[in-house]
Amino acid sequence: MSATNTIRMIGHRAINAVWRIGVASRFFIYTLLYSGSSFRRFRLTIKELFSTGVMSLIIIIVAGLFVGMVLGLQGYETLKRYGSESALGTMVALSLVRELGPVVAALLFASRAGSAMTAEIGLMKATEQISAMEMMAVNPIARIVAPRFWAGVISMPLLAAMFSAVGVFGGYLVGVVQIGVDEGSFWSQMQSAVDFRDDILNGVIKSFAFGIVVTLIALFEGFDAPPTAEGVSGATTRTVVTSSLAILMLDFVLTAIMFRGN
Amino acid sequence: MTASALVEIRDLNFAYDKRPVLKGINMTIPKGSLIAIMGLSGCGKTTLLRHIGGSLKPTGGYVKLDGQVMHELGRDGLYVMRRKMGMLFQFGALFTDMSVYDNVAFQMREHTELPDEIIHDLVLMKLHAVGLRGTQDLMPSELSGGMSRRVALARAVALDPMLIMYDEPFAGIDPISLGLVGDLIRRLNDSLGATSIVVTHDVQESLKIVDYVYFMAEGVVVAEGTPDQIRASDKEYVHQFVHGEMDGPVPFHYPGMDYRADLNLRA
Repeated sequence: MSATNTIRMIGHRAINAVWRIGVASRFFIYTLLYSGSSFRRFRLTIKELFSTGVMSLIIIIVAGLFVGMVLGLQGYETLKRYGSESALGTMVALSLVRELGPVVAALLFASRAGSAMTAEIGLMKATEQISAMEMMAVNPIARIVAPRFWAGVISMPLLAAMFSAVGVFGGYLVGVVQIGVDEGSFWSQMQSAVDFRDDILNGVIKSFAFGIVVTLIALFEGFDAPPTAEGVSGATTRTVVTSSLAILMLDFVLTAIMFRGN
Repeated sequence: MTASALVEIRDLNFAYDKRPVLKGINMTIPKGSLIAIMGLSGCGKTTLLRHIGGSLKPTGGYVKLDGQVMHELGRDGLYVMRRKMGMLFQFGALFTDMSVYDNVAFQMREHTELPDEIIHDLVLMKLHAVGLRGTQDLMPSELSGGMSRRVALARAVALDPMLIMYDEPFAGIDPISLGLVGDLIRRLNDSLGATSIVVTHDVQESLKIVDYVYFMAEGVVVAEGTPDQIRASDKEYVHQFVHGEMDGPVPFHYPGMDYRADLNLRA
């Protein structure tokens, strides 16, 4: 009997998960379909760009600086063993633009802006603001969801670029200013080794994909949250957990596609 | 549909899953009237309001608004109808990221091409009508419950709707605001030439202002009449409700096991 119940429970959860993926896909399609006003009335998107992008800048810059400084220290210690300290600039820059910039910035974006989006939309639902909008003949997907979606998609690559730039500066501070690696080789090796298309553009593509996934998860969880305090808090937690896992899994898939055999 | 009826509800049935909530509701709401739908919490009042607004589809029967069967309309048709409606939600449902001014201006900006100067004048006129012109720069979090309700009322009538629906407009507000909101509902209905439906369980306040009352219990209309007829009604349910008696057709105790058995006492 209990075995039957377990199988039933597993089946129920599996069906539920597939059903949610279906609903989320439909939500994504509607978001794209009703995106017109986000561009026609671009000030709506700009307002959201401020709260998602600009308000995330501090955490991105501080985290980028420290990650860059740690990379500088660890990189120097490792490269020193092979007498290749001069390649520190290359190592710091490649680590950041290929991987750490897009991934860590996306993880920070999910926990800072993604959770805020979910909580905001969940609370709008709980306080009947979304129903009120529907009753005023205003489509909430077009008015609330789409501008936030595009703000997230636009912000993410810019934040990742900012993270990488500040990270490189952090690596410079530790490697060149503090440890004393040759400044000329630090910058020149970086310049010659980092390829615009293979490294920077691939990093931008990654962060663009993360922007889509994280923002979509955050908006869907908020829109789908049960309209109670418990429902909103659960949705906010799910946003951070699901986004983080999705970022890491997607990163592996994209890295495998972009860098295999290079 | 009679010529003067704005809303016609015929044999309306609705069930959540398999639990019936509305069981054969019939109502005719004439143009220009202010009617109340009363009943205990959970009797189906708000569900009925959602059918009139087109948010729910009935399992049987129909709601006809201004000649249109609501559940047969597509999204665009529904939105066209909703532009002619205003709705006051239970706790106002003001947009918390916008000022009072922007809340009232919201529909004007979304649905009209009016220049900012005209929107400015219209917003101030609507706010003046509810006595809150001075709050235009405040955020919803800075308003009291009664003030939020009045701002939401100004927003609901922003585009001069033909039908205004109120979901529990008197819930949780102080006695002064209570009288004020009641008076505003009546005055706005008459000055806009609108038709209003008030869903409430505040008997005394609503009987003062409405033209006609429907009493609902367990998904059916159990009584109806003018406020005077309701006050004089000898129907047990209406009498208990109007006079706020603890026991009657609506029992004080929720059905449960035998009390002695529940306490494990011997018979």
